[in-house]
Amino acid sequence: MTQEVIVLGMTVVLFIVLSIALRGFASTGNLLSLVRSVSVLGVLAVGMAVVVIGRGLDLSQVAIVAVLPAWVLQRLGQGVPTSTAVLSAVGIALAVGLANGLLVAFVELPALFSTLASGMLVYGLGRSLLLERSFVYVNPGHEGFLAIGQANFLGVPIPVWIFIGVAVAAHLFLSRTQRGRFLYAMGDNYEAARLSGIAVRPLTVMTYVLSSLVAILAGLVLAAEVASVNAQIFTSTMIFDVILVVVLGGVSLLGGRGSITSVVVGTLLIGVLLNGMVIMNFDNNVQNIVKSIVLLGAIIVDNRLHPRDEETARQGDI
Amino acid sequence: MSATTSFRQAYLRARYRFSLAQVVAELLQKRWMDALVPFVVMVVVVTTFTQLISGYTDVDNLINTGREFGEFGFLVFALTLVVIGGGIDLSIGAIFALCDLVALVCFVHFKLPLVAVIPITLIAGGALAAVNGILIGFLRTRAFLTTLVTMIIFRAVFDILGQKYSQELMSGTPENSTWEWLGSGSLLGIPSNIIALVIVAIVGHIFLSRSRPGWHLTAIGAGRRAARHAGIGIEWTLFWTYVGSGVLCAIGGLFYAARLASAGSDTGLNSEIVAITAVVLGGVSLGGGKGSVGRALIGATTVLVLTNGVVRLGVVGGMSSVVLGATLLLAVAIDVHWAKHRHKAIAKLYVVPTYLALPPGQSTDEGPFKPNQRLAKSQAIGLDMVDGPEDCIIDRQGRLYAGVRQGWILRFSGPNFENREVFSKPGGRPLGMAFDKDDNLIVCLAGMGLYGIREDGSVFKLSDETNRSWNKINDDSRLRLADDLDIGPDGRVYFSEATIRYEIHSWATDALEGRGNGRIIEYDPRNGKTRTIIKNVLFPNGICMSHDGKSFLFAETWKHSISRHWVEGPKAGTTEVIIDNLPGFPDNINRSSDGKYWLALVGMRTPSLDLAMRFPDFRTRMVKEIAPDEWLFPNINNGCVCKFDDAGNVSESLWDSGGTSHPTITSMREDRGHLYIGGLYNNRIGRIPLEGSDPSWNGVESYWGKK
Repeated sequence: MTQEVIVLGMTVVLFIVLSIALRGFASTGNLLSLVRSVSVLGVLAVGMAVVVIGRGLDLSQVAIVAVLPAWVLQRLGQGVPTSTAVLSAVGIALAVGLANGLLVAFVELPALFSTLASGMLVYGLGRSLLLERSFVYVNPGHEGFLAIGQANFLGVPIPVWIFIGVAVAAHLFLSRTQRGRFLYAMGDNYEAARLSGIAVRPLTVMTYVLSSLVAILAGLVLAAEVASVNAQIFTSTMIFDVILVVVLGGVSLLGGRGSITSVVVGTLLIGVLLNGMVIMNFDNNVQNIVKSIVLLGAIIVDNRLHPRDEETARQGDI
Repeated sequence: MSATTSFRQAYLRARYRFSLAQVVAELLQKRWMDALVPFVVMVVVVTTFTQLISGYTDVDNLINTGREFGEFGFLVFALTLVVIGGGIDLSIGAIFALCDLVALVCFVHFKLPLVAVIPITLIAGGALAAVNGILIGFLRTRAFLTTLVTMIIFRAVFDILGQKYSQELMSGTPENSTWEWLGSGSLLGIPSNIIALVIVAIVGHIFLSRSRPGWHLTAIGAGRRAARHAGIGIEWTLFWTYVGSGVLCAIGGLFYAARLASAGSDTGLNSEIVAITAVVLGGVSLGGGKGSVGRALIGATTVLVLTNGVVRLGVVGGMSSVVLGATLLLAVAIDVHWAKHRHKAIAKLYVVPTYLALPPGQSTDEGPFKPNQRLAKSQAIGLDMVDGPEDCIIDRQGRLYAGVRQGWILRFSGPNFENREVFSKPGGRPLGMAFDKDDNLIVCLAGMGLYGIREDGSVFKLSDETNRSWNKINDDSRLRLADDLDIGPDGRVYFSEATIRYEIHSWATDALEGRGNGRIIEYDPRNGKTRTIIKNVLFPNGICMSHDGKSFLFAETWKHSISRHWVEGPKAGTTEVIIDNLPGFPDNINRSSDGKYWLALVGMRTPSLDLAMRFPDFRTRMVKEIAPDEWLFPNINNGCVCKFDDAGNVSESLWDSGGTSHPTITSMREDRGHLYIGGLYNNRIGRIPLEGSDPSWNGVESYWGKK
């Protein structure tokens, strides 16, 4: 039994329990808002999963989510055309992803630190050079922009469509393309992949670029949803939530294991959990505790199911 | 030899005597060199900010910075401890915050006395971290994720409790002089928490570098699998590591509580990130197994001066995070590449050839060294049952002993030596052997030192270190490659250490240096003292007491020479060369029954190597530019056994010129009319009858008489 199936089982059980216990939980409206509430998280998690499957980690995602959309909103307020503002932010995100990838693949820095540091750099530089305030609102007159966060299509909110789109695209990429399969090979055994002729360095760079692009997309959706950006989100536990979702479904931080389905399943479990707790009016801290205990349970179960083989475990994996 | 050539030789000898490359390579090998880059970074950062900010070094400012440093230092210690064990703890900031709250609530709300508050806080820290310890140590979850999750939980608990007590805590703390001293007191001008930090640092340093649990922890971090194989209790060690780190966080939290009396929601927020930066900047390797208290302090200083300095420079909000991020990036980049290229640099620089011009060897075309087949028909003892019997020896009862590559001493007995038994397993690489007057077998164990083996096979240590030379960078007090020994009539043991720069597996590389890296050492059993008696010897190998017991002979392998060192009589303490033109590389020397000495030549000289030894730059280039298996090495494929007298005249030699039975001859031993032949890489011990020798003569009796 894989972790993915276990998490799916937990989701279903929780879903049934909450449907019986909480009035209004199983209504269509609530279910849509459930998925919608985690779609930004899900999009980020899909990007993170691509990096993690290639045995990396991208801690700079949230810096992009925090700074670049805020800058876009600020420029919209200054009268810059939407396309220019968005495209230049996407350009910067691309550059950040490229820099991350180069640092990890060519300078050979550990991903944990290079992305931790680049996140701090992006946030710091953005905060001091790009942004005038850390809290930015959308001025009236930008309904086109707000639509990506607030409109519906076929009765389903756009953020959910975006989540579905990103997940399907990533799934097809990972399971149907040569580069996707190579990514698994690289995450499973980097050295073996390198020796068998896979261009591991460009592939690594590509994963970080994808992750950054996904991050700016998620950031823009988030900004449009609430019509504002608080750059202080950088210091929140958001990045941990993203990792939680990725790992929960069974994408191993060791790389090479898990799939987009497992990310979607993880996202759904968190969504059900969060939604149930919101309905039960739990405060934010209690939500965090419950969420963490669930993750802890998943980690322990994973360890029981796939105990670490002390003989073949890789040194230095933390 | 003309005057110009001898002048030229003298010049070349002096020119290649010392080498900067050798100094650099040996310095780079030092463990404390790991901290070089972090130390330089710290110095640069501290100098920059003291220059940029006026009044940065004022006493008041130093004390203020020091107080912050104290609390932060405990967090960095907590993280260092865990990281050395190969883990990571992201929950330290949350534990710090919770302990701060626990201390304040106990003190302000429950009005407990300080003697209760302090232990409760420390226990709270330990208990919180024990959650991590149980999960990571016993349930074997991954440290990064686990502590990430516990961080979120602890943080949430802190926020919930903090909101509950915040009103009350703001009303102020009860009067208590000790509490105030903890928060703002100082001793001799040093802030209280710095004093505590220094004490913890000293204890921590001793713990990590001098105690068994500390070594276990380092071993686990350096190689978990190897540590497990060595029988180290990984579960409990990791568990206590996390508990210890929690207690350290609690100490920090206690001082924070006493200083600020606040439990605001930003207490310890993001401090785990800052602490990780400090740990990395200090050069504590995140792979585990490398790190020290000193390096943690270096990292903590750098980070604190940096963050604090940027704030004091009045730079806008985000800039401090830019500076921190950029420094982290730079430090990790330098550290990764420093670690990677250091070993390459050592490998390139470590072998330092010198100029060595030697007289040509005696002819092997005619005379005593003319090859023959006298060893070719030897009887093979223990064929394919011995792996590299470097030396062999026969005891009073006629049993044959041989040291083999596994670190064992084998014993063969029976009429044709067909009974093989493992006599003892001392470890190391057994090389030269000799019996002392109590019939203990004394053995040189490469990698270990000088050891003895009793008749029942039990092992005891004679010596494993000698006096350290003050002018050597490599620590030469430990014995690396004890090679051969012999014992004087008074019981003193003379043994050779072939080289102090190479281990047994790369002994042949020492030949390329042509430098006097070896030494002759004396161990005196009467007072248990070991001292170096001859230094700078070119791969001293065999050692043998002369028949009169007043001097010993020793072979210098790369110098093709035999020397005599007097230990008694008028010339005591002096050394003289008796043969300097052997045609091969001399190895072990042993007595023969007719008052002469047997000598094994492990290989024969070649004109190409003799020439190369006069061109140190050529050998330097060779070592740097081509792979080791392409290097020009001494020929040790074929050698011989020869016999010489006290004056150094060689009378005969025994060969297996095809090398089919005895390539690489390293030793021979005469006993009761036969000669036994050992080889460092051979799969047998050879035995041939010696025509016309004394059929009752035995080596042990030649030394110690009949029993």
